[in-house]
Amino acid sequence: MIAQVFILSSKGDRLVYKDFRGDIGSDAVGLFYDKVTALTGDQPPVVMTHRNVHFVHVWQGGLYLVATTIAADSSPFAIIDFLNRLAALIKDYCGALSEKTVQMNFALIYELLDEMLDYGYVQSTSCDVLKNFIQTEALSSRPFSLLDLANVGLFGADTQQSKVAPSSAATRPLQGGKSEIFVDVIERMSVVMSTSGVLMKAEVEGEVKVKCFLPSCSEIRIGLNEDLSVGGSHLAGYGAAVRVDECSFHPAVRLDDFEAHRILRISPGQGEQSVMQYRLADRLPLAPPFRLFPAIEKDAAGRLLMFFKLRCDLPPKSSAVNVSASIRVPNGCISLSQELSSPDQSAELQPQNRAVVWKVPRFPGGTQLSAVFKLDIPALSSASMMEVGPVCLTFELPKVTASGLHVRFLRLVPTQHRGPTQRWVRYVTHSDSYAIRI
Amino acid sequence: MPYLGSEDTVRDLRRALANPHVQSDQLRYRNVILKVIRLMSQGLDVSSLFSEMVKACATVDIVQKKLVYVFLCSYASLNPELSLLVINTLRKDCQDSNPMVRSLALRNMTNLRLPGLMEYVEQPLTAGLKDRAACVRRVAVLGWAKLHNLHPNSEIDAVVVNELYSLLRDTDPVVMVNCLRALEEILKEEGGVAINKPIAHHLLNRLKDCDVWGQSEVLKILQRYQPQSEDELFDILSMLDSSLVSPHPTVMASTLSLFLSLCWALPAVSLAALERVRVPLLAACGSASREIRFTVLCHIQLLLRSVPGLMGAHYKRFFCGYAEPAYIKQRKMQVLVELVNDDNVALLLDELKDYCTDVNTDTAQAAISAVGRIGRSYSDRCLGILIGLLGLKQENITSAVVQTMRDLVWVCPQCSETVCSALEGCEEILQDSQGKQALLWLLGTYGDRVSSAPYTLEVFIDKVRCETSSPVKMELLTATLRLFLCRPAETQDMLGRLLHYAIDEETDMCVRDQALLYYRLLQSGIDETRKVLQGRRSDPSLGVLIGLPAEPVKHWARVFNTLKPLWQSFSETESVRGRSCQDTAFEPNSDLSDTLTSCQLESVQTERGGERTPSPADSLSSSTIVPLSLLPTLTPGEFENLWLRGFEQAGEEEDGFCMTEQVQCGNVTQPSPQSFQAAMQLVNIQILAFTPSHTLPWRVYLYTHTQAPPCTTLILGELLYTGKPTEEGGAQDGTRDDENAKKTVVGGQTEKKVNNEEEDASGIRNSGELAKDNGQRAEVKVTLKQQPRDDKALRGFLSVLITVLHTLSSQRE
Repeated sequence: MIAQVFILSSKGDRLVYKDFRGDIGSDAVGLFYDKVTALTGDQPPVVMTHRNVHFVHVWQGGLYLVATTIAADSSPFAIIDFLNRLAALIKDYCGALSEKTVQMNFALIYELLDEMLDYGYVQSTSCDVLKNFIQTEALSSRPFSLLDLANVGLFGADTQQSKVAPSSAATRPLQGGKSEIFVDVIERMSVVMSTSGVLMKAEVEGEVKVKCFLPSCSEIRIGLNEDLSVGGSHLAGYGAAVRVDECSFHPAVRLDDFEAHRILRISPGQGEQSVMQYRLADRLPLAPPFRLFPAIEKDAAGRLLMFFKLRCDLPPKSSAVNVSASIRVPNGCISLSQELSSPDQSAELQPQNRAVVWKVPRFPGGTQLSAVFKLDIPALSSASMMEVGPVCLTFELPKVTASGLHVRFLRLVPTQHRGPTQRWVRYVTHSDSYAIRI
Repeated sequence: MPYLGSEDTVRDLRRALANPHVQSDQLRYRNVILKVIRLMSQGLDVSSLFSEMVKACATVDIVQKKLVYVFLCSYASLNPELSLLVINTLRKDCQDSNPMVRSLALRNMTNLRLPGLMEYVEQPLTAGLKDRAACVRRVAVLGWAKLHNLHPNSEIDAVVVNELYSLLRDTDPVVMVNCLRALEEILKEEGGVAINKPIAHHLLNRLKDCDVWGQSEVLKILQRYQPQSEDELFDILSMLDSSLVSPHPTVMASTLSLFLSLCWALPAVSLAALERVRVPLLAACGSASREIRFTVLCHIQLLLRSVPGLMGAHYKRFFCGYAEPAYIKQRKMQVLVELVNDDNVALLLDELKDYCTDVNTDTAQAAISAVGRIGRSYSDRCLGILIGLLGLKQENITSAVVQTMRDLVWVCPQCSETVCSALEGCEEILQDSQGKQALLWLLGTYGDRVSSAPYTLEVFIDKVRCETSSPVKMELLTATLRLFLCRPAETQDMLGRLLHYAIDEETDMCVRDQALLYYRLLQSGIDETRKVLQGRRSDPSLGVLIGLPAEPVKHWARVFNTLKPLWQSFSETESVRGRSCQDTAFEPNSDLSDTLTSCQLESVQTERGGERTPSPADSLSSSTIVPLSLLPTLTPGEFENLWLRGFEQAGEEEDGFCMTEQVQCGNVTQPSPQSFQAAMQLVNIQILAFTPSHTLPWRVYLYTHTQAPPCTTLILGELLYTGKPTEEGGAQDGTRDDENAKKTVVGGQTEKKVNNEEEDASGIRNSGELAKDNGQRAEVKVTLKQQPRDDKALRGFLSVLITVLHTLSSQRE
């Protein structure tokens, strides 16, 4: 059971505070903040204890969501899961989770908390149940601004490609607005690659999320690739098949047609839910999106020269955006001079992280970029070369899934609700951790 | 926190609330109330607006009602009289036709937490239990629990309890779970809700209807149920199988917990359950929420204690992500060390090597010590990596590597050759005291193999005046004396200089005392010195700790799915930090075997030679050496039997023998339980049970077998530490000051943070006395039982025990 729930800003301001059981004083807030800011780097912050009070917290969106309890035998999974769920609900109701939205919508959050927890026991966290009880309307944090032209086309004409939803489309409060449904396939990739380009580890964790803004929705059908094989090695010989190693579904998903046609049937409630989670490891269907060809040497003047060629192995039509390569460099770098192949790229030396960060805003598939970095290191020794690398890449691959999973169709079973319904399917692959050894 | 001008704000708000124009305009009224609540949640005291808010309560606007209730529930306890005014509104709302209004009123009526309102609340609650709407029943059920906790002494009507039991069959799953929760609280004294066979099976059948949180609660309560037959047990297990592989970590963890408690007598079944849970655990390991990931890692560490090979093939899942926070990386490395085997060692070390040069020094240090731990099984590969790291000539890396090497050599003496050849040149890079101590220890112990050892030590001795850390100086003394024993010609001169400095000029008492001790030791002859100082260079038996035999599941099943695994590690590191802050730590490693390095053994030996408090065993300690053995092992059950039987018959029985002894030593509760246990195991004493550290009275039960000819005996023992001196010990000169000081220390260890200032305030004199005080007067009561009686063996055992206790307690000083 949970004794108190509070939300603090990163500066320690109390945004929301609710006491459910009255057995811990409200000084717990200050205590928590003192403790969490006094932590050194190697101390796990998730559960902290002061006398008999246990603080469990999650850090999301720049906020501390904290639950306190005095029962040491409470399940940590349940409490953390609950806090994550609270964060997700705030996101659903207020559009986003940030200090500003929480401040604006604190009344709504009190109402949510009141319905979610009674006497510290979780009553319900499903959006469908809660929406019957929640009366306060969310305030959207985006103020009207003449300068905000994101949604306005040239002279009022709709110049946006009608097939593409703006990225901010789904970050709005649930209540009101258009009737839309978003199906997102989001993958996180973690790769470790050796110098020679051999994959030491490759793993993709994916998720099919449905975010539903429809007031009522009887059933949707999501058709996935017909050749999708799950877990089995029985199709491995055919190579081309899309494969996942493990997958799990939301309990509400009906899998009657999954075996034969790979169709998921679900009646989504309002808000966001993860319909399917999957994972595949080791044998990825596509080549890893980036390869690096490094050459490192010392020049006569005692500087460290690094030549990099970075190749993007995506299909030519797609491209990676917000690519940033962080190259670890030896201790004691003083200055950096660089030669980059195009002006939109940038590189800078971050001495506190001992890294050179090379940023490429847009990187089309099938192309190759090169860069030369010259580093001044006074205490350069032969051992310093060992300190170079790994190179860690962060990037975003819009409209690409690393596993090859696709949504063939998204059908709504017709209902009597009025007005047209917008359906969106979006794909994105993020880098969870993409490291290339040197 | 009070804001500037808060009184004005409150006054303005009061005026606005009382304004009839505002009151008539719903929207404006609501906005003013919102403002009040906002101030309240920022921590401002707005309780003086209570009466205005009570008036605002009578409205048809539900949003406004909810807001006012938030306010009233926070401040009701400050204004019990005014709160009576609300009751009427609330009771009226309980009759409302809208179930939402009814549930809201009922919930807040019970949330006011006013003992005086009991009589008004009981009737609506009773009615609420029979309400048509499930949401009202949910609230009413929990309302009884709240009521009971407000009046813990008053009996809750048996009728209500029966009603609650019957509501377990309610159609709404949340009402059912709430009934369990309420009964659990109401019947706390009787051990919680009674789970008989029909109830248990009903709950199991309804499990699927509940949401994640309900399921986890039901599963937890079901742990109390004992199936009557094996068939029933297996029926239950097969029903739960699908929950065991649930994609929700919450459900999965509570199901596993239930499995383990149901199958405590069937280890094979529990192991099968652990196998089954592997896939969902690994999936949760990749969860997007880093807090969940951390929790899972902590629990995986528990599982690995019993099934070391569980995750061996999946080691790649524990590779650290680039952007993960340091605390997750460290956990992952701890897991990786456990997973190492012949197949994956190459790849795993390759990965770890990469972390060793991490930008975050904590991560780098953890990675280096992880490599060292693997080095116990794969020493060549790991030493290669460690020596390569020395080449980087970076301060923090070198320090971590030298410490790791020291720990490695202690366990694997075969590595010493390679380590000794790598030490050259490290002294110029090392800056921190931990690293210096490690280097000095290595130089002292393996001085005969490092050709440059005397010159390195000389550099240290020349700079000893600038050295600020006393542990380094003490280590330097020991190292120099040791080196003198094997290379007298080169070392004599510098030893003389060092002793001279330490005895004449040093202000730190510990260093000075140690120097004096060594000086007198040298006076008594070189052979004596050699006997004392040249102890063991390594302890390969510690290697056993690495290939630790699989622990039975029941050792950790109780803490599984509780906050303990997450929080224990935290408090451990905190206490370690506390110690290192004072710069008195010998070994600030939370690592189990790392705490067992040479320093402890050394002090064992030096103390034997030195002037310790005369204890009855001391006179005997040099003459009797009793071989102790852990085998045959004794289960806790057997121990309990023997212990209790021994108590009754100690007097009459011929071959049994019981004795009690007061041992004077410091606060033995200071070291972590692990290091205590490990230290005892080192001398072949097995600990069976102990109270957590820092709790008083602190108790330990232990056993061992003595194997001195002519016979072997079994010794059972209990250590009791109350934290207070016995009367004889402390009465004579126990001034008030001392008593205070002692209290501070006992408290200070448990709540370091709070008492720090206090300690500072009590001044240097006190804390100086503290150390002595702590070291001499606190007593541990040792009760021993032996079978068959053998005085000599018992004395020998006692002396070993006392030495270990002294060592452990002196670690602090």
